[in-house]
Amino acid sequence: MALLQISEPGQSPEPHQARLAVGIDLGTTNSLVAAVRSGIPVVLPDAQGRPLLPSIVRYHADGRVDVGYAAQAKQSDDPKNTIVSVKRFMGRGVKDAAHAENAPYDFVDAPGMLQLRTVAGVKSPVEVSAEILKVLRQRAELSLQGNLYGAVVTVPAYFDDAQRQATKDAGRLAGLNVLRLLNEPTAAAIAYGLENAAEGIYAVYDLGGGTFDISILKLSKGVFEVVSTSGDSMLGGDDFDQRVFCWAVEQAKLPPLEARDMRRLLVKAREAKEHLTLHGEAPITARLSTGDVVDLVLSTEDFCNITQTLVQKTLNPVRKALRDAGLRAEEVKGVVMVGGATRMPQIQRAVGEFFRRDPLNNLDPDRVVALGAAMQANVLAGNKPQGEDWLLLDVIPLSLGLETMGGLTEKIIPRNTTIPAARAQEFTTFKDGQTGMSIHVVQGERELVSDCRSLARFELKGIPPMAAGAARIRVAFQVDADGLLSVTATEKTTGVEASVAVKPSYGLGDADIERMLRDSVDHAKEDVHARALAEQRVDGQRLIEATRAALAADEKLLTVEEKTEIQTAMLELENLLSGKDHRKIKKAVEALNRATEEFAARRMDEGIRRALAGRKIGSL
Amino acid sequence: MDTEALERSYREIQSHVHPDRFAHAGDAERRASLQWTTRVNEAFRVLKNPVSRAKHLLELHGVDVAFETNTAMPPEFLMQQMELREALDDAKDAAQLDDLRTQLAAARFSLEKEIGQALDVSKDYGSAAGLVRKLQFLHRLDEEIDAAYEAMD
Repeated sequence: MALLQISEPGQSPEPHQARLAVGIDLGTTNSLVAAVRSGIPVVLPDAQGRPLLPSIVRYHADGRVDVGYAAQAKQSDDPKNTIVSVKRFMGRGVKDAAHAENAPYDFVDAPGMLQLRTVAGVKSPVEVSAEILKVLRQRAELSLQGNLYGAVVTVPAYFDDAQRQATKDAGRLAGLNVLRLLNEPTAAAIAYGLENAAEGIYAVYDLGGGTFDISILKLSKGVFEVVSTSGDSMLGGDDFDQRVFCWAVEQAKLPPLEARDMRRLLVKAREAKEHLTLHGEAPITARLSTGDVVDLVLSTEDFCNITQTLVQKTLNPVRKALRDAGLRAEEVKGVVMVGGATRMPQIQRAVGEFFRRDPLNNLDPDRVVALGAAMQANVLAGNKPQGEDWLLLDVIPLSLGLETMGGLTEKIIPRNTTIPAARAQEFTTFKDGQTGMSIHVVQGERELVSDCRSLARFELKGIPPMAAGAARIRVAFQVDADGLLSVTATEKTTGVEASVAVKPSYGLGDADIERMLRDSVDHAKEDVHARALAEQRVDGQRLIEATRAALAADEKLLTVEEKTEIQTAMLELENLLSGKDHRKIKKAVEALNRATEEFAARRMDEGIRRALAGRKIGSL
Repeated sequence: MDTEALERSYREIQSHVHPDRFAHAGDAERRASLQWTTRVNEAFRVLKNPVSRAKHLLELHGVDVAFETNTAMPPEFLMQQMELREALDDAKDAAQLDDLRTQLAAARFSLEKEIGQALDVSKDYGSAAGLVRKLQFLHRLDEEIDAAYEAMD
């Protein structure tokens, strides 16, 4: 038994040589990177000791890019080229981005995701986010003194497929090996749950700069099970700033403002909001470029009045999540508060009244997500021995479905289904001799397709002509552990197949990413070949380690010939690793992967057999 | 059924096959893990819900519940259903919906007990199938109550 435990998958074959893995909280307002050092998760600060990185990117005409405080300092002087809260635009078109009319940017309405025109050219939100991630990656590599093995990047639980895909693409663009997209409230639950050895039903109320999430979790002995999640991906601290901004414009009877003044006043609005967390009133003073002077005082009472509807707006998703979980507010043992915006006293009060208990504020709401992500990254990198790690069971936030006749949605995978998940449905042709079928994948809860988010359209062609209703088309959905969807359609009588990783209508194709990687200044300097070689080597090394560990554990599942075949493929790869041809290494990696396929399946079966040993199928 | 035991075994199997255990493993292992986890999740989903669990158990005994084709119901049951639905239409606030839900939960509970009896004790699969169809009715009504709550938000 001891032997088995040591060699369980999940453990690094060389325990003393931990892989460097980080957790990144890519926030609307601020971003952070954290890592587990000597068993304790810590936020990695910059050279000046500052833990937060403002999620602000400024583009210069000569191609230079400022990220963070330097960009923040110039946001009012150069508003068009200084992008704030870019997370709000991830995976979104111009028409679905809230407050686009109040944002001082030149939007370009590209198909799918909007883009921004800057002095350095047109930038997609994915590229802007990648700039932030690059800075965090460099910070981590300096701080940890080595190349990163991988990163867990957090996303709002309520992000849809397009927004998740955009985030993952940004990670790739920043040169990160994205180990997992992790939902922010789930990350917070890990950090809170492990620190406090919490058991039972917990709610995580996460009000960030631009997004709101509520997740209900069941915590028990090392398992974090998300029961339900809900939220609003267009509601956050920014909206409170907007309300204050509008209030100030109205009070001071200001004419329509130009971009610079707009930004200046928004900054003042935010400062006033933050000031009110600890004070009874806040001054808002600004001199505008028109010569107008704003000199106002915002009282707590006025602030509560103008933001009351926003506070109430967060409670609808809370009720929905509880209903989906089949739980009452009293059954929740604790409410963990996450996100800087939960510092606002009216939020604390509303949540406390709703759950009839004081919210839990013992963790820093700005850091808890990054810390949880770092802990999960450490586990995914295989740095924790079996038994000491834990398991996360998360769900999809929004139903996934297909368009059927009459523009109606047919749900294939309902919201709050535990991932990974797969489900299939059969459809048929409705015309005699029909040879094609267009498949429209949507996400959302509404009956009408036009009210849901369109994720992808693709065509199944080459259906042999048959009478209407005779063809049997099986559409299969698979959602992976990142919450990302891929769809396959097969005509069952003939086996004609079409598939799509859901990307095209929102997000970027692989070709776009490749191009951007080539275009980015950072990589132009690097030798593309050297980079590919380094990546393939890491991949190959990783596979050899994993295979060796698997052989050591479960050699007995193989015949002598099978074992020899695997060892030959492994040796072949090992020899090539020291060479310089990344293509050859890639081929050898693929060969070893093929050789171990059957072995992997058998090991998995064996694992399940062990887990089930001595169990009977229960009756009703 | 012992739901705790079901959850325990679900978690235990997941702890062996979940993709988080194989994030740094080879492609083959990651693929196998994804497939297994998907199957385990699906099995858990079917077994967790009384309607799908009973339907599955009946299928194991070769009985098709035939939700779509067999819609014949005893008149008194249909009357009761109509009354519940009327109450749902008339419900004006969350408190009334809460009431309705409590009533429904009681009805479901007793029906589930009957089904358990028919399946496990008397092994009368034909009448069990009829009871499962009733349960499915109540289940749908529950979903409609959810929709009504949402409309109120």
